[in-house]
Amino acid sequence: MSGPKFRPGDPVDFLVIGAGAAGGVMAKELATAGFRVVVLEQGPYWREKDYSHDEIKYTFLPGLTNDIKLQPITYRPNDHEPAKLMKAIEYGRQVGGGSVHFTANYWRFHESDFHERSLYGEVPGTAFADWPITYADLEPYYTKAEYDLGISGLAGANPFEAPRSKPYPLPPLPVKSSGALFERATKTLGLHPYPAPMAVLSQPYRGRAACAHCGFCESFGCEIRAKSSTLVSVIPEAESTGRCEIRADSYVRKIAHDARGRATGAVYFDAKRREIFQRAKAVVLCANGVESAKLLLLSKSNLFPQGLANSSGLIGKHLMWDNGSFATAVFEHPLNEFKSVQVTRVIHDYYAADPKRGFYGGGGIDARFNFYPAGFALYGMPPDAPRWGSEYKRLIGTYFTRTMSLLAHATSLPMEKNSVTLDPDVKDAWGLPAVRITFENHPDDIANLKWLQERQYEIFQAMGAKKIWPQPAEMDGTNRHLMGTCRMGNDRKKSVVNAVSRTHDVRNLFVVDGSNFVTSARQQPTATIQALAYRAADHMVRAAKAGELG
Amino acid sequence: MPVASTRRDWIFGSVGSVAFAAIAAAQEHAHRAIKTTPPSLFEFFTATEAADVAALAAQILPSDDGPGADEAGVIYFIDRALTTFDADQRGVYRSGMTEIQGIAARPKGDQLQLVRSIEKSEFFEVVRAHTLLGYLGSPSYGGNRNQVGWKYIQFDDRMAWEPPFGYYDAEIK
Repeated sequence: MSGPKFRPGDPVDFLVIGAGAAGGVMAKELATAGFRVVVLEQGPYWREKDYSHDEIKYTFLPGLTNDIKLQPITYRPNDHEPAKLMKAIEYGRQVGGGSVHFTANYWRFHESDFHERSLYGEVPGTAFADWPITYADLEPYYTKAEYDLGISGLAGANPFEAPRSKPYPLPPLPVKSSGALFERATKTLGLHPYPAPMAVLSQPYRGRAACAHCGFCESFGCEIRAKSSTLVSVIPEAESTGRCEIRADSYVRKIAHDARGRATGAVYFDAKRREIFQRAKAVVLCANGVESAKLLLLSKSNLFPQGLANSSGLIGKHLMWDNGSFATAVFEHPLNEFKSVQVTRVIHDYYAADPKRGFYGGGGIDARFNFYPAGFALYGMPPDAPRWGSEYKRLIGTYFTRTMSLLAHATSLPMEKNSVTLDPDVKDAWGLPAVRITFENHPDDIANLKWLQERQYEIFQAMGAKKIWPQPAEMDGTNRHLMGTCRMGNDRKKSVVNAVSRTHDVRNLFVVDGSNFVTSARQQPTATIQALAYRAADHMVRAAKAGELG
Repeated sequence: MPVASTRRDWIFGSVGSVAFAAIAAAQEHAHRAIKTTPPSLFEFFTATEAADVAALAAQILPSDDGPGADEAGVIYFIDRALTTFDADQRGVYRSGMTEIQGIAARPKGDQLQLVRSIEKSEFFEVVRAHTLLGYLGSPSYGGNRNQVGWKYIQFDDRMAWEPPFGYYDAEIK
């Protein structure tokens, strides 16, 4: 359903940059409150009829994500080493953003996640800090997100979860063989498995169909709108107000400001690469934890020589990674994990940090399978298996339906030296500087990954796995959970945005996405990103109505 | 969060030592048939090049216990890949094919030896990846004919399934 078309020269009330997990929420909240909104999205506007189960297109070729042939990325572990071309980060690049192709895990943070620095003390060599908000501040917005988008789960099933004001709007999805094996085994170990909260409908909801268990969830767009992306939920609601225009294929290259230091709108390339200036009374940047930082750095000016809203110098810094420890195992009978959603059971027994371990860390462990046929044959097999020939073929034929994995979602400590910067040499297809990622893990994060992998092995052994094999406990090559680069805080010298995601420097400029994260929690950032978006929108609406954004 | 996820990782992926089981006597006639195929149906390969690459693919996924690379039409997948989405691998193929020239006409034992001698090369890595994509990717790309690859691994591409999904969730219900 399409909405109004605003003329770029007429200032709208809010210009939202990025129509993803956060931007979609923003669009709906602001338009519903009566404001005129334009959302500029660099990617295309796909619909469910455009999707398919094509593994090559969606997992080997860029599919629904950034294409490094058009937008190259460079990576270096630290600033002593040269940066090399590589797809070090990945993001959903279309209307709906990452919420279109994500695995749809939808956990809330624990209460402790917001003040671990107070609980555990500093972690030397890091910028470990408390958030400027508590879980209680965010709880009503987690609830709002779950109901607006349609999240399936079972309140109270996880004894470690934070308090909830309401149950989930939908019951859990049916358990898979991976979940059944995991549940039985973890119970014998005295652990507490619970149904995975998922942004996938277990029942029809608000005009959308329930999941049909096709299995093509992670990395794919949902052809029946059962995955609760912003594309099929809040974005159509925003458009139906008549006050919101989603303008796709619009790649923003600069946020503009006036002599008073107020944002005035943004310059973007349209589909034909013409440069257009969209005027706005306020700007909300929701482009993800890499693209938002990049755009603010690109928007530097005489008034903001380090980058727009960057008086702290911290934009792009404290980049955190989607650290996870992975192990796979084969069982006697077929699990057929290629059917249905990727994850049905989780434990949070190991979530909290414990100083007695000797390192900061902890994580959730889930039971899953996220290989598709060719990907399994190429990456899923044990390292000691032959890589070609009759025995190899026989093994892939036997293993594919009998295999599952455990993924431990782990911590990533914030460090100033891990960053998003503009590459000095490489340009993208529009002539803009490419993103350069500088990142290496803290020793505690590596220790945590190894420790969690030992727990995974214990669980697999209790499950009666016939053979278990690990993915090496080190950093995965591609980061999909983009966090930390426009840190939230009360002290303008130590943060970029305040506790409601308004930039300290520019009163009508907001940044709301994973870049706000002070700490990583244990991955699965989308629920928290969307809760932050609902909360920020709440404050933004009040501020705008009170005339504070002028 | 899938592992080994960067799309070009497979070219530079680890090439560990291979524990290689003895292969039972294969069906020579399948390879001779490709070798004698009339005018080329290929856009990138010549007929002889196609026969050689197909022979290599057939060593990677043999036709012994069920349909392999030959039956899946992997060579047609590869040819199309090299003229479309993987055109930047053409150079790797051009130099690699000189290493396997004439392999299609050789006896099985010689073929295996030749494959073993190149298995740590970039060319072999690329052909291996293409063979698996051609065996298990969507048939719309020219391989996985009649879904033989999917059937071999007992995968089925459907729009809907119903629980119970597998043995262990059926067991608890």
